[in-house]
Amino acid sequence: MLVKKRALLVGAGLAITAIVLSGCSGAGGGAGAGAAGKDVTLTLATVNNPQMKDMESLKGTFEKDNPGIKVNFVQMEEGDLRAAVTADVASGAGQYDVVTVGAYEVPQWGAQGWLKDLTPALTSDAAYDVGDILPPVKTALSVDGKQYAVPFYGESSILMYNKEMFAAAGLTMSNNPTWQEVAAAAKTLNTPEHAGICLRGKPGWGDLFAPLTTVVQTFGGAWYDNNWKAQVNSPAFTEGVNFYVDLLKTAGEKDPVSNSFTECLNQLSAGKVAMWYDASVAASILEDPTTSKVAGKMGYVHAPVYKTKESGWLWSWNLAVPATSKNADAAVKFAKWATSKEYQQLVGTTLGWTRVPPGARTSTYSIPEYKKAAAAFAPITLEVMNAVNPVQPGLNPQPWVGIQYVTIPEFQDVGNQVAQLVADAIAGRTTVEEALAKGQVIAQAAGDKQKK
Amino acid sequence: MTTASFAPDQERTPVPPAEPEGTATRLALKKRGRQARALVMPALIFSIVLTQVPFLVTIAFSMLQWNQLRPSEIKFNWFENYSVVFTGPDFLPSLMSTVIITGSSVVLSLLLGLFFAVLLDRKFLGRGLARTLMITPFLVMPAAAALLWKWSMLDVNVGMVNWALNLLGLPAVAWNTDLPVVTIVILLTWQYTPFMMLILLAGLQSQSREVLEAASVDGAGPWRTFQWMTLPHLRQYIEISTLLGTIMMLQAFDPIAIMTKGTGGTKTLSYLLYERAFIGLDVGQAAAFGVVTVIITIAVASIALRTLFKVFINGGER
Repeated sequence: MLVKKRALLVGAGLAITAIVLSGCSGAGGGAGAGAAGKDVTLTLATVNNPQMKDMESLKGTFEKDNPGIKVNFVQMEEGDLRAAVTADVASGAGQYDVVTVGAYEVPQWGAQGWLKDLTPALTSDAAYDVGDILPPVKTALSVDGKQYAVPFYGESSILMYNKEMFAAAGLTMSNNPTWQEVAAAAKTLNTPEHAGICLRGKPGWGDLFAPLTTVVQTFGGAWYDNNWKAQVNSPAFTEGVNFYVDLLKTAGEKDPVSNSFTECLNQLSAGKVAMWYDASVAASILEDPTTSKVAGKMGYVHAPVYKTKESGWLWSWNLAVPATSKNADAAVKFAKWATSKEYQQLVGTTLGWTRVPPGARTSTYSIPEYKKAAAAFAPITLEVMNAVNPVQPGLNPQPWVGIQYVTIPEFQDVGNQVAQLVADAIAGRTTVEEALAKGQVIAQAAGDKQKK
Repeated sequence: MTTASFAPDQERTPVPPAEPEGTATRLALKKRGRQARALVMPALIFSIVLTQVPFLVTIAFSMLQWNQLRPSEIKFNWFENYSVVFTGPDFLPSLMSTVIITGSSVVLSLLLGLFFAVLLDRKFLGRGLARTLMITPFLVMPAAAALLWKWSMLDVNVGMVNWALNLLGLPAVAWNTDLPVVTIVILLTWQYTPFMMLILLAGLQSQSREVLEAASVDGAGPWRTFQWMTLPHLRQYIEISTLLGTIMMLQAFDPIAIMTKGTGGTKTLSYLLYERAFIGLDVGQAAAFGVVTVIITIAVASIALRTLFKVFINGGER
């Protein structure tokens, strides 16, 4: 007992030192969330992507409307953020008042009691209009009817294709293609000048396995069955992975193991690939004529399917309030402000309508200016995000809520290791069957921990 | 230690005479010893705090069951993490990858470093500039170097290496997919060749010209001079550069994290450790891997290198 306590203290001490140091260097001091008086300083820990930087540049409006509340941004990498927040919550230090949390972790942290239940604050505020949040996103952020976070922006996965190349080859694309149709088109379009399709091959649970899990699911497979029995070497899982690997080998981009979102985006914008199955947010970048050679030439359709009706994934970056926050009321106020309809108007009028965070609210897609600015991809994004089902994305019921991930702490480790094995299969160093047989053992070890 | 012999013989403070002449001298000596120790203390304490305490903490962590996402279940579990290290499927393949990647990178960068050092060890116009340019790869930050190689050198569509291969009529190589180990070895070699070169160049420049002149007067050709005069002279420099290079390359992480992500035999111990700590979020297991890695590094540095370098020693020189 004593040892355990002491180790905890040492660990907590180190973690706190690290947080304090990173907090100071990141935001230039002022990490102390002053509870004294009525002036409140909120500390917001966030991932460092562009939409969050927009939020920081607009925080002045919130501070002006809410005198007495100041907001401090601490930006960090995703991995650092996770370590900082878990250490903060575990030690009860209460350094952070608002944190950005991915859809994968919200249900886990919510169930652990690390995040404040926002349901009462959201439902009691008619102006916030919680019913406007896209239903699948809301489902993915809730555990037992309690909503633990509010979505800042969300995305699904879609198939993007180069209309010019399709027309030149005399091919057409339906709005709901099947994987078999896509594979056939990819083989026709695979020429020395451009590859047929770009698919992620970089090992990682969020890289290779984001699209691959959706493929597996539409082929009837799943990571686990309803009793947490691993299904990685099941025939359906194997068939899905084999299909993906074969498609990469016959019509995919060269050097797939190097490629994830950014790499495929580059190849698409340079006109080196005919199709791409990836995050819907890519469309807004492909339509930007300053960086993309294919702006205006792209078509966007639903994620390809086989045995299920929909196969898009679901991801959102969210704002949540740690249970340890000492300024919870002000923190909730800020989280609501940053995900409100007014905030979207504010972004649109000050920064430009294409910068409005997508995929969180239904009403975003009825703003006339946004509809005009994002005409190429806004309708398909809304359509797909409303169509996906995070409760049961595959053929069979699953004991977790989420599409391209399993909401257990071990999943990122399992996903990563199996992705490395599958990457070996893509390179031809091993077969898919051998890789998945090893993956089954890894996945089962994690599944066993959920049973008890 | 092999390393100690590298330090040139410094002038040491004369050792006090062994036979004490009286109590007064003995007391004075004792006092001087105490003073000396007191002066060393702050530095000693400082270095112990900075180097040994973190290591002890790591050892303590390695005996805990501690997953960052289950902070309520931290407990002491003796050597369970070590049993996972030695019985699990990760350790041996990872050790093999480490040996292969570090070993080939060290050998290659040593050979190339020697080659460039010999080239630079003569007077020519623009030698300073050439030397600075040669050192540059070592000054580039590892992560930046990995990105540079990933995007502008080895990229399958627009990379310079594949462009050169195409010029020669060879097909483009999908480096990360098909040759991950070679990719990492190329990058590490590129990065550490300048380091080896610098040390060996220092060695070459400390070689006395008269000896070389005498050798050539005696009729030794350039190759014989190099083999029998220069190489033995460089032995200590080769040892130290191999030792330091091995220690640094054992820790190589950035190219693996950025380019191959541990697939295809590139999951070295340092990358495995990162995976256990930041993806597995298992602090205890990561600490156990860390402790084992440190022990292996020490063993390699002190035992293997010493036997290895018997090769260079000419009959009875040491």
